[in-house]
Amino acid sequence: MSRPSAPPNILTAVLGKAVGWARTRSMWPASFGLACCAIEMMATGAAHNDLARFGMEVFRASPRQADLMIVAGRVSQKMAPVLRQVYDQMAEPKWVISMGACASTGGMFNNYALVQGVDQVVPVDVYVPGCPPGPQGLIHGILTLQNRISAGEYAVR
Amino acid sequence: MSNPPDIVTGETETYPQMGESEALPEPPEKPTPSRRRTLHDMWVSGTEAPVDTGRFTDEGAQEMLAEEEPDVLAGQRGTLVVDDYDEAAVSDEETQIVNMGPQHPATHGVLRLQLELEGETIRRVKPIIGYLHTGMERTGEALTFMQGPTNVTRMDYLSPFHNELCFSLAVERLLDLEVPPRARAIRILMTELNRVASHLLWAATTGLDIGALSMMIYGWREREACLAFFEKTTGLRMNHNYIRPGGVAADLPDGWEDDLVAIEETVLEGLADYEGLLMENPIFLERTQGVGVLTPEECYAYGVTGVLARASGIDFDIRKTFPYSGIEQYEFDVPTAEHGDVYDRFVLRFEEVRQSLGIVRQAAESMPLGDYRSEDRKVTPPPRARIDQSMEALIHHFKIFTEGFKVPEGEVYQAVESPRGELGMYIVSNGGAKPWRIHVRGPSFAHVQALPAMLTDSLIADTIAALASADPVMGDVDR
Amino acid sequence: MTRDAALSHDALAEQFPAAEFGESYGQRIVRVPRKDLVAFVAAARDIGFRMFIDVCGVDYLRRSPRFEVVIELLSLEPPSRLRILVGVPGDDPSLPSITGVFAGADFYERETYDMFGIVFEGHPDLTRILLPDDWEGHPLRKDAPVGAVPVQFKGSNQAT
Repeated sequence: MSRPSAPPNILTAVLGKAVGWARTRSMWPASFGLACCAIEMMATGAAHNDLARFGMEVFRASPRQADLMIVAGRVSQKMAPVLRQVYDQMAEPKWVISMGACASTGGMFNNYALVQGVDQVVPVDVYVPGCPPGPQGLIHGILTLQNRISAGEYAVR
Repeated sequence: MSNPPDIVTGETETYPQMGESEALPEPPEKPTPSRRRTLHDMWVSGTEAPVDTGRFTDEGAQEMLAEEEPDVLAGQRGTLVVDDYDEAAVSDEETQIVNMGPQHPATHGVLRLQLELEGETIRRVKPIIGYLHTGMERTGEALTFMQGPTNVTRMDYLSPFHNELCFSLAVERLLDLEVPPRARAIRILMTELNRVASHLLWAATTGLDIGALSMMIYGWREREACLAFFEKTTGLRMNHNYIRPGGVAADLPDGWEDDLVAIEETVLEGLADYEGLLMENPIFLERTQGVGVLTPEECYAYGVTGVLARASGIDFDIRKTFPYSGIEQYEFDVPTAEHGDVYDRFVLRFEEVRQSLGIVRQAAESMPLGDYRSEDRKVTPPPRARIDQSMEALIHHFKIFTEGFKVPEGEVYQAVESPRGELGMYIVSNGGAKPWRIHVRGPSFAHVQALPAMLTDSLIADTIAALASADPVMGDVDR
Repeated sequence: MTRDAALSHDALAEQFPAAEFGESYGQRIVRVPRKDLVAFVAAARDIGFRMFIDVCGVDYLRRSPRFEVVIELLSLEPPSRLRILVGVPGDDPSLPSITGVFAGADFYERETYDMFGIVFEGHPDLTRILLPDDWEGHPLRKDAPVGAVPVQFKGSNQAT
């Protein structure tokens, strides 16, 4: 998943950690809310379960200004090319959280209309299970991603 | 032609007979009228295409074309129902086609609108849907009637109880099954509370779209109180699978009366906040009055129901006209307005929240004691403890959960008043344990179709306000 | 459960002798041959069923006619529903479109075409609506597969 670019030494290790820390502290999600999970994603950004304490309350409408795409909801066959296009428009470094059962595996809809798992279209970093995952689940997924980024695991795709 | 294996049991089953048995029909020979298919046929088979196929864009036949047939233009200009269209207002200046969505912060889900703009004025709107099509009607044919609510509850995901209620009422109509009074009261309690939660979310997102950013935070804050109650009762914040054919899945939890009193207080305080924030704000008034107007004729022609119809003056609420689940015993008003614009819809929805809280209070005060689900063991599974004691209970449990209960042959249409309008389900049963056909009539499907009528000759900024006021939920539209 | 109050259908029954009125679980239904459909729907609208509600299709597979298109209308004064059932044969799946009578039938007929392949003659823009343009097949037909993938492992050959 991550490729080390140079043998680690004390300077780049500290710098790498600092960069990782900075990247996680203000990740801006691109709003890709599709279905029911989008409602829970919005609830996570609202007052009760506050995403702003992680620096993430700014859901950028334009993918070019975002670095995290939370695919919240079921991805239909018609939406898959749009998903890929939005993902391609994001600038590196970018991460993808697949939120919910439908985004991760197709969920309960194992039929002709849905892409069975959004990892068939974009590479996914964290899968958050649930139908829909509550705000605590989504925040756990986000924190998992943040810990991995801080540790330098998801540096280069 | 071999049948595909059943996704639930894994076995290949033959379809039961519906009538006379005859050989499977041959597929039709003439080409389908989709423009791209006909071009493909023409190229492949060398036959002449009956339809002019040279006009579609590179992206497909569903796009808005720069030049269109006159009757298609009428649909996109919102003039199919000639009620208030002003011919003289259209001029021949240059226009451009602009695409909005499907990934867009303000389209309330994955709706794609193609707008033909003349400056800032909209001349044509073409809604393109299908980006959330989940094949739920097909999946519904593979699930038993007991599993049905899990499927339909995810269609209109902002008011899952209404979907479940509609499905359960339709199935109970086919079964000719009466649910006990406590179950009926619990159903009304949960659906009316869901209406409150849905309208709060609508107010939050519409406020955000119009520019009242704090509305977003306030609306979600009050909604959390309702969702906490839902989680306590059903186990889930959303998509509950609680209202099932035969009753409800579990009884109300301890302390529910106090919870409801607290919810009513919180929401009413919040409502006072919202009305103080919005209803006399001059910017809000400018952005909402006279915007997104639908006339009653257009409502009849497009099948627009719910708050949109009542805002235009049509006094139609299924809870009063075709009452269901014992709602006629509660006293509540159904407000109507006359202008049919976004402001009226705000007023009506806030008033509906108050009326729904009144129904919830009445249901809580007069909650009958008794069973929360029907005693008919052929439909409702027995309590888990009985399975150890009684052979019959074990067999009933086994049959219901593996094969499902059989529903007599027939077809029925059942409608409920969801926060968006008339939510209807048309269920056809062939006597088996799974529905032969389940079709959901989502209110948002008709409302999205009425967007050209609402938006033509208005400014592009009004698109957001009008679309938000129509409260479309794309799960309902695309299913 | 209340029964829906009935609007007087005598005028319709006189004008269209081929229409068969009936009842299904307390709801008024009428089976109309497809050549009379547009005139019947217009007449129903004129006697009071002004609100358009729904158009959908059903595939009965081994019945003749194979498909059925169901049109649901609503009258507000007096409150009453009417369900119109039109049989559509499988070898000639076409029937006239009612978009001239109710503008709202537009999207519904496109969806029925998309899901079943039933062609509505006279529809202004009969293209796919829920599925991508270049989709082949009509998924709600009973002889179309559900399209399930093997669940246990995506690469395996076993279904579920």
